Amino acid sequence: MRKYVPKDSVQKKAYYTDRFHVVPSVPTEDVSSDEVFAKQLETLKAKVDVKSASIMIGQMRIEVDHKDNFKAIEILKNECDYAMMTEMSAVDYLAKDGEFEIFYQLLNLKERKRVRVVCRIKEGLAIESIVPLYKAANFAEREMFDMFGIYVNNHPFLKRIIMPDDWEGHPLLKTYPLQGDEFASWYEVDKIFGKEAREAIGPENRDPSRIDRYDTKRFSRVGHEVPFGADISEGEPETPIEYSETFLVNYNASQKQLENRK
Amino acid sequence: MAQHQVNYASAGGLPVALTTVDHLINWGRSNSLWPLTYGLACCAIEMMAAGDSRYDFDRFGTIFRASPRQADVMILAGTLSKKHAEFARRLYDQMTEPKWVISMGSCANTGGMFNTYATVQGVDRIVPVDIYLPGCAPRPETLQYALMMLQKKIRKESADMNKNKKQNLRLV
Repeated sequence: MRKYVPKDSVQKKAYYTDRFHVVPSVPTEDVSSDEVFAKQLETLKAKVDVKSASIMIGQMRIEVDHKDNFKAIEILKNECDYAMMTEMSAVDYLAKDGEFEIFYQLLNLKERKRVRVVCRIKEGLAIESIVPLYKAANFAEREMFDMFGIYVNNHPFLKRIIMPDDWEGHPLLKTYPLQGDEFASWYEVDKIFGKEAREAIGPENRDPSRIDRYDTKRFSRVGHEVPFGADISEGEPETPIEYSETFLVNYNASQKQLENRK
Repeated sequence: MAQHQVNYASAGGLPVALTTVDHLINWGRSNSLWPLTYGLACCAIEMMAAGDSRYDFDRFGTIFRASPRQADVMILAGTLSKKHAEFARRLYDQMTEPKWVISMGSCANTGGMFNTYATVQGVDRIVPVDIYLPGCAPRPETLQYALMMLQKKIRKESADMNKNKKQNLRLV
């Protein structure tokens, strides 16, 4: 049975959850518990300095120095049969550690193994491109540059891929506001009409369905009606909700009618 | 029994009908609204359905045109991203006068659920909108109804577009 959660005061609770929610860590196993991974790690360790390695949910996670990313992935591709790079991107840990975590998710089709190569990089440093190894990295690295502002060395065409070329800021940074900054909120107006049109068009109307209980001018006080623009800072009058007679149907009374029909 | 012959006697012996120029021009305009083939997101799927045989826009004289220069209605069907806003406006500018805009769906009307940095919060920030069509996504019948409302609006207007004040529009 599902665990019972009291729901009485559910609306009194915080509207937002913690934006920087810390995910509970998954159990880690030693690499020696898996033969294939242990062998691959040996091959890698012979040539590259591996900072740490572990198995999490059936996948090996290898942390290397950010300068060794190309070398490590090259070895994994050529000597350990990791033929596919399924995903690569970055995670913003700037607030916590002052670093980005860049990860590469590799897939071995022969032995059905997945490995994640992880490296930490300080803000402002560039990472080496792995496009010569995997073509799939081309767009992924462009997206990483677009979303986090991490430069990629020797990338064939490092240009914003999702946001417009003249966009300011990198939206996936945790410091980037969800509803956009000053530049973002006026972007289309500035671009089409010019900055002088800002006044005529006005600011963005965000979330017009939001109900402000203390707003007496926008018809949002359902059940708390007061005259338009009334001052309620001193406390508001009791206004019981009045339902129409037709709305509150007495189903017991209609029983007689049903019987009459019979 | 239906009378198929024109009764010339009732019109003074001549096949004449009297009307105003406004009425005549608006009759023509409202019954040949040609929208631009232009979809932005999932609302465009409903727009295509509205154009196809089941709902059949053709019977209103509404035929989708692939060029803004032949179109006179722009149906903004879907989420308009800030990156694309410039091009939507450019297409609007390329349309010949007179022209009308239908904002289709919640995203086009207000930004909808995309309360984010990258979405235009209502297409009326970039083009003057004539009909706001609610829904997520509006069903084809709703788009048909919007089109009929637009026809109604056009029939009330003056044929001289300069006389039509766009009162509720912040920009033209």
